[in-house]
Amino acid sequence: MRSLSLTSERAGHAWLVLLVLSLSAFPWYKDASLIAGPGASALFEALSGRGWFWPLIVTTALLGAASLTRSWQASNLALGLGLAAGVFYVWQGFAIGLRGPSAAWVGDLFARAQDGQTGLGWGGFLAGIALIGLLSDFVAARGFCRGERFPAFCITAIVALLTVFVFFPILKLGLAAFVDTDGNLALATFWARLSAPDLWGVGCFFGDGRCGVVVNTVVLGVLSATFATALGLALALLVNRTDFRLKRALRAVSILPIITPPFVVGVAIILLFGRTGLVTGFVADLMGVRPSRWIYGLPGILIAQVLAFAPVTFLVLLSTLEAINPTLEEAARTLGARSMKTFRTVTWPLLRPGLAAAFLLAFIESLADFGNPIVLGGGYEVLSVKIFFAVVGARYDLGNAATLAMILLALTLIAFWLQTRWIGRKSYVTVTGKSDAGLAAPLPPALKVAVIAVIIPWVIFTLAVYIIIATGGFVTDIGRWDLTPTFSHLETAFRFEFVENGLQLYGSAWDSMITTLWVAGLAAPLTTLIGILTAWLVSRQDFAGRRAFEFGTMLSFAIPGTVVGVSYVAAFNIPPVDITGTAAILIICFVFRNMPVGMRAGIAALAQIDKSMEEASQTMGAGGATTLRRVVLPLIRPAVFTALVYSFVTAMTAVSAVIFLVSARHNMATAYIMGRVEAGEYALAIAYSAVLMIVMILCVVIIQVIVGTRKLGRRQELQGRPAQQPAE
Amino acid sequence: MTETAIEFVDVVKRYGSATAVDRISFAIAKGELVTFLGPSGCGKTTSLRLIAGLELPTDGQVRIAGRDVSRDPASERNVGMVFQSYALFPHMTVLDNVSYGPTIRGVAKTEARDRARAILDQVGLGGLEARLPSELSGGQQQRVAVARAIVQQPDVLLFDEPLSNVDAKLRRKVRAEIRDLQQRFGLTAVYVTHDQEEALAVSDRIVVMKMGQIAQIGTPAELYERPASAFVADFIGDANLIEGRVQDGTFTAAHLALPVTAEDGIVTATIRPERIRLASGGAATIRSASYLGSRMEYVVQDENLEFLVSRPISDPRLAPGDKVDLQLDPSDLILVRQDT
Repeated sequence: MRSLSLTSERAGHAWLVLLVLSLSAFPWYKDASLIAGPGASALFEALSGRGWFWPLIVTTALLGAASLTRSWQASNLALGLGLAAGVFYVWQGFAIGLRGPSAAWVGDLFARAQDGQTGLGWGGFLAGIALIGLLSDFVAARGFCRGERFPAFCITAIVALLTVFVFFPILKLGLAAFVDTDGNLALATFWARLSAPDLWGVGCFFGDGRCGVVVNTVVLGVLSATFATALGLALALLVNRTDFRLKRALRAVSILPIITPPFVVGVAIILLFGRTGLVTGFVADLMGVRPSRWIYGLPGILIAQVLAFAPVTFLVLLSTLEAINPTLEEAARTLGARSMKTFRTVTWPLLRPGLAAAFLLAFIESLADFGNPIVLGGGYEVLSVKIFFAVVGARYDLGNAATLAMILLALTLIAFWLQTRWIGRKSYVTVTGKSDAGLAAPLPPALKVAVIAVIIPWVIFTLAVYIIIATGGFVTDIGRWDLTPTFSHLETAFRFEFVENGLQLYGSAWDSMITTLWVAGLAAPLTTLIGILTAWLVSRQDFAGRRAFEFGTMLSFAIPGTVVGVSYVAAFNIPPVDITGTAAILIICFVFRNMPVGMRAGIAALAQIDKSMEEASQTMGAGGATTLRRVVLPLIRPAVFTALVYSFVTAMTAVSAVIFLVSARHNMATAYIMGRVEAGEYALAIAYSAVLMIVMILCVVIIQVIVGTRKLGRRQELQGRPAQQPAE
Repeated sequence: MTETAIEFVDVVKRYGSATAVDRISFAIAKGELVTFLGPSGCGKTTSLRLIAGLELPTDGQVRIAGRDVSRDPASERNVGMVFQSYALFPHMTVLDNVSYGPTIRGVAKTEARDRARAILDQVGLGGLEARLPSELSGGQQQRVAVARAIVQQPDVLLFDEPLSNVDAKLRRKVRAEIRDLQQRFGLTAVYVTHDQEEALAVSDRIVVMKMGQIAQIGTPAELYERPASAFVADFIGDANLIEGRVQDGTFTAAHLALPVTAEDGIVTATIRPERIRLASGGAATIRSASYLGSRMEYVVQDENLEFLVSRPISDPRLAPGDKVDLQLDPSDLILVRQDT
């Protein structure tokens, strides 16, 4: 046993060695290559005049001295030195910017600060990891996480990552709203931006002029959420309360929007209802009216959003309906209520929390939606699109984008807060865990007619849209009803040839497709790892600040993608973390946007698993990491699968955040499709989208084969719950 | 002097403002089976988890085999634990479950499996190595759990209410098996239960706990025959508790006056139901009579006092309403301090 406590001392020394190496053997700055060696290390830089490394170097040396004493990790001295090293580490990054010192006294102190410094490289990166390792060791030695080093390290690392990649950018963006273009504090400018009439105008309600962009966004959100909730309710009632036969098919259809690339639904709607659209032309001929552009603006966005969000509200309301104890309705019937009365007095009130949750979810999604408004918006401006144009394009104005982003974030957080309150109060869900016999009351006839009347148009519409998606890329011009089969669009995008020296890719879409596959392929396992790890920490580890930790991760889920994108622009194109234009920033963006889904799936799965199995593993000598790998992960495989598939698919189809982060070298499929849509090359966009969907389905099958699902006898139903989508 | 296996020194465990274990100290000798007994919420399971390292003490010291392990996590202590739910890994075979510990601790895979097979043979599960836990009966699962806990020759073997998932019929058999195994391997064992009969049957010594504190430590016989408090007397077996006062060598309560040797003061007298004799014709009345097969149990009203009386089935049968004479032998009275 003594040897075991020796290993924990050794682990502390290992972190310390890593810290020393990161300061003395690796290039500190990002532009030096890894093999540049000690010549570019922090120590060498310090010796050649960059004195701001000395505090960190000296503290590290002192830590080295402290480590020679017995059980040094638990000592106050070590903790104090470790914290000091952390502070000096952060300070050296922010004290000197790209073009010089951030404060006058720093410049006075270090002459070479005037040269400025670039972002952190390998040395800086490894030093950060070593510091996290050391600090987590120190707190574990003091009994944090019941003394276990692995969970302590995971918590420290995840908190650090969330701070750097979620909260720091948002903070930076928030600050950007308060400064003018020269970087000076300018409250007047902020106020001018905030009170601009094109934000809050309500002219459209009074028949004259237009509404502000905030009003537009909220109006769209409310309408879209209302219709999506109504449609979702109709679908849920159809599945749960009638003898409808195609339930499985309906569930399958509800997954379609998740794997449908953005823009393509918008394009299909334009091809149907645009000025030269198929339906428009047909109706114009029939009725003798002039084709108009009515679809551009609120109607078009609304149709596309309702189509996209109805499956989400459907799933929420279906689970609410399934949770209603049938005996309550039976009780009402035995008390003499007719079926309509039962529905009105018993079923409906029990549904209300679910309706509220579904409505708010759709509202949040609508606020965050970027793909549909940009294709179908016409003159109808919403916040997400306006933020985009404030950053990308000629009118670059980060301050303005930041202000708009903060408004969007505030709206989203209000809705998110209301939603958590509603879900928290959903206490009269009537499932008790005992199996109650009884059948759900069938729908009253009048209601059934209404439900079918809502659903039939939806079915026709969905079919029309997806038929266009399925065929549009493979015929000459579906917009003009020229249905001659052709592979010319596909060839433009994906032409390849076998020549002497191997495969040659000529298609214009290959670059973005390959980048997308790489990024999604790397992001998905990382997202799953962090998401599942976080789930395990939250549900299994008892540590100070657990609730705040959980809340922080969920908060990152609520931030709209557009806000994330613009906040990354604000935070990561300058030192110390200068990663704009790399593939890393795309991966990081996906990891932190999607990890809450993996976390939710993991928490749901872990709730089904007796904690004592992990305790048994611990008492047999397994540390946290071994227990996780050998006991927990095999048992929550379905959740791992859900998280992998979800994060992969989302990384393939997401647009709102990445649109800010793509670069010429690292373009993504969705950004490429958006370019084609803007150029009016609809057939090419549709062809690419169809290929993307096929590729996604193939990849999901591959993941299924790799991860698999293992039968565990009676514990088979350790399923993760269907995941929520993050606000796109 | 026997060697000390486990020692608690002023151990405190708090969860926020709630105190689960309130400054307790005790020592367990090597090879001993000690039971933590008490009502739910008394801190017995927390104490067990403190030994395992699944909880770390807020204050005080936990020593195992002479070493202070207060800050060591479970994985760095050498304990074996049998969980209430058995906690067998459902995705591993019986053999993999049992060889898990040795493998983790760095024993080569083949040797770990040999050890596991040997232990499984010892607990009578030879031939079931390839099964999954879900393919075993409850009793077999429990034996796998025990095998898994003892395969690493732990400093201490911990049982958390191991019989709560066993059929009432089987409990006697299984607890005898556990006791037998512990003796055979010469293991130090700590056993948590809320069932006093189970505790009396298996333990060398019992630690009776109440609200995070130790009410009494002793052998089963000591606890039964010389309870230190009314709580212990009531918790271990059945007891009649009579509050009264001692003055000049006489215990008085209501109409009772019995000679005792004790100092003056307010006390509680306890007397076991089977120590009270009944003779027909007297001032007391039978309130209820229950036939329990091996004995009769009566509730007897004697003026303001109510007594639970247990008589052999061979005694003359009495019926509710019968008048009886209640005979107490003063030497059967155990006087304990008033519970605070």
